[in-house]
Amino acid sequence: MPHRQPVRSLAWWIALWILCTCSPLRAEWDAGLAATLANGDSEARIAAIRQLVTSGDPKVAVLLKALAEDGLAVADGRLARPIDGQWIDLESGATLTPTGTPESLSINNRVRREVQSGLALLRLFDADPKVRLEAASSLQSRATPEMIPALEKALGQEQDATIHDHLFLGLALARLSSKDAGQRLAAVKALGESASTTVRVTLSRLLEPAAEPDETVRREARDSLKRIERRLALGEAAGALFSGISLGSILLLTALGLAITYGVMGILNMAHGELLMIGAYSTYAVQMLFRNHLPNLLEGYLFVAIPVAFVVTALVGMLMERTVIRWLYGRPLETLLATWGISLMLIQAVRLLFGAQNVEVANPGWMSGGVALMPGVVLPWNRIIITLLALLVLGLTWGMLNRTRLGLFVRAVTQNRAMAGCVGVPTGLIDTLAFGLGAGIAGLGGVAISQIANVGPDMGQGYIVDSFLVVVLGGVGQLAGAVWAAMGLGIAGKLLEGWVGAVIAKILMLVFIIVFIQKRPQGLFVLKGRQMEG
Amino acid sequence: MSTPTTHPLAPRRVLFGRLGWSALILFALLFVVVIPALHLLVPTNHPLYISSYLITLGGKILCYAILAVALDLIWGFAGILSLGHGLFFALGGYAFGMYLMRSIGRDGVYHADLPDFMVFLNWKELPWYWIGSDHFLVALLWILLVPALLAFVFGFFAFRSRIKGVYFSIITQALTYAFMLLFFRNETGFGGNNGFTDFKRILGLSITTPEMRATLFALSAAALTGALLLCRHLIAGKFGRILTAIRDAESRVMFIGYQPLWYKLTAWTLSALMAAIAGALYVPQVGIINPGEMSPANSIEIAIWVAVGGRGTLVGPILGAAAVNLAKSWFTFSFPEYWLFFLGVLFIAVTLWFPGGIVSLWSRLFGGARR
Repeated sequence: MPHRQPVRSLAWWIALWILCTCSPLRAEWDAGLAATLANGDSEARIAAIRQLVTSGDPKVAVLLKALAEDGLAVADGRLARPIDGQWIDLESGATLTPTGTPESLSINNRVRREVQSGLALLRLFDADPKVRLEAASSLQSRATPEMIPALEKALGQEQDATIHDHLFLGLALARLSSKDAGQRLAAVKALGESASTTVRVTLSRLLEPAAEPDETVRREARDSLKRIERRLALGEAAGALFSGISLGSILLLTALGLAITYGVMGILNMAHGELLMIGAYSTYAVQMLFRNHLPNLLEGYLFVAIPVAFVVTALVGMLMERTVIRWLYGRPLETLLATWGISLMLIQAVRLLFGAQNVEVANPGWMSGGVALMPGVVLPWNRIIITLLALLVLGLTWGMLNRTRLGLFVRAVTQNRAMAGCVGVPTGLIDTLAFGLGAGIAGLGGVAISQIANVGPDMGQGYIVDSFLVVVLGGVGQLAGAVWAAMGLGIAGKLLEGWVGAVIAKILMLVFIIVFIQKRPQGLFVLKGRQMEG
Repeated sequence: MSTPTTHPLAPRRVLFGRLGWSALILFALLFVVVIPALHLLVPTNHPLYISSYLITLGGKILCYAILAVALDLIWGFAGILSLGHGLFFALGGYAFGMYLMRSIGRDGVYHADLPDFMVFLNWKELPWYWIGSDHFLVALLWILLVPALLAFVFGFFAFRSRIKGVYFSIITQALTYAFMLLFFRNETGFGGNNGFTDFKRILGLSITTPEMRATLFALSAAALTGALLLCRHLIAGKFGRILTAIRDAESRVMFIGYQPLWYKLTAWTLSALMAAIAGALYVPQVGIINPGEMSPANSIEIAIWVAVGGRGTLVGPILGAAAVNLAKSWFTFSFPEYWLFFLGVLFIAVTLWFPGGIVSLWSRLFGGARR
């Protein structure tokens, strides 16, 4: 708690303040001040210091610093400090030739504290916002009612939002320790607007009559506390929602490629996880190339990694389609086994090329840090960028399927292969291109994963089950279902995680999906039709 | 959707031909009697002596073969590819592993009444589901009951909703994945990552003696023979006919008045049961069970044994399990880094060029005599 001053001191202070604001910004650099600082008792000294601080005179900072360093003296009734063996008059800057030995000013701890606070208050008006921010946050914990006017003044002219918030909080806390119930009431009301846990603690202390004698203030404190708690809960919910959306975006990125290869084309590609892995390793390779050959541009390696990963995985995918998958159309279980075989070979190939250990993919500098949504809720940049990337990839995929000639052909071939062939669509080529597209999108998912998770030869295995569940839950054959399923699973997963822990949350999600598929085997979104298999 | 797959080797009315019976009896004699006897009675320096390494490897492969037959019953004849049979195998293994852990008694590292991992976790008493696990008969009951019950409940809901094909495969994979995550937790009470190991004895008899090894080997061989006979019996009868009909055209079977649910469910539960027995026989022979057995990769590997041997032939999967696992032992010993390449090529080659598996080589070579 801030140190409480006697009432007399407060009255002194207010009187002086009024005097001071009426007079021009000019301290009383006279013998009186020197005498007070030199010979006055602590009360008088403190009052003098306070008056100096509010004067706004730029020399006050020098004075206080000198005082704090025990480098101030009174020479012939003038305040002076020794510099290089000479005595410099503090006010005029002139060199003094003192008649006697100057009397050095020494101060006790109480006064020293006041000097420190005064210096902090002065720094609130510094030109450098960093200095102001530091001063404002340091004052928060030791604000006393005496600082109210200075804080108000600083608050009035502060432009920076963060410093403004700190000052606001400091001012309210200063008012809270005021003797005036009206001031306290105003402070409690103002604190209700904050969303910080420290304020919550401060306010909850006021609920006891022993701590806060005034009934109205207590009632107001209770109301403010409720508002703060609501705001904190809201912040927590917003944080959980965001991490849910971010997890959903990752799920979406990992599942989008599969939504094309399995959802649209009907190919059960068990090597999908390995395509993600290849995307992640492409990112790693690009990063290493930049690190070794273009270290100046390292920060931008991701922009090169994205197209590289797309092309590499698309090529691997097209090769898979041409050599193996093409011969297994219409035989989903055989496709499953063959692509599983491919996945084993890809894992082993990467192990031989890059080693069995995980490799390190570093976030570029601009992806670290985050945006503070509100106190206590920080959205990390890498998550925000991944969410944006998911949106971008989703948009591109949708556009590619629905707005391009290739997409038109892909849809035509999946709906009626024979007819599409009859009207001149090169169905075999379209299959290869569409599979390549799906694989390339999986590669983009791999780029995203490389920024937030481990990159190793076995990483794909962890994503394959999730990806399939997203596609199956969303319903086969369209992108909207996958989006809803990914976001739903992401948000529900994060909420459950806060509740029962990560592993149990994951198990519950799997159980939920298993049960859900029992109820709606076609997924969330069913394409209406009257099909009946033999 | 997928076109019906008609398999060239449709079941025949008789259980086995003369050749089949002779082969079966020969197999049973060889594996249940002769090999264990060679291990026990022949002096170690004799050329006919079967080493303990070989008998353990053989016992392991016999268990895998039971598992393969179990999967073939459901995949080969009902067309349901389970990617979660490793789960039933592991559950059987865990059920018997609980008994094995309890029969260590106070001979563990901590000399405590509780299994070592519980002492390590600072648990003071057994969780409720461990009660009774020190009785052999209770253990046998759990081996059969737990996997069968899980399979029954899961299968009931899945088949009632007419989930089939790849959908079923994927949700069985999700199921075993979920269980793997569950068993990896220490709090689940099954030893977490490390699972169960350091077994000492069964029914008071030491687990490391040659007699015990030979007995377990013979039991595995007998169980495999039994599984083969049972499946063959089911397939040769009306049940098998309907099951195959469901595989090839489920809707038509429904339209002529059969309820596919119960046929599928019976085959499915029975298959899970056989997998569980295989798991229970497997654990004392290899001396360890951990959640890795439930990984999706393990389950999908079972499918490749069946495919390599010849799906829908029952004998084929036994050959497949043996061939793939012998190859695995050889590869992981000689060229460990190329095993996954070989397995991958095997997956692709079998699906692309040998859909009939090893068994079909016979008919290819001898002009379709078996057809």
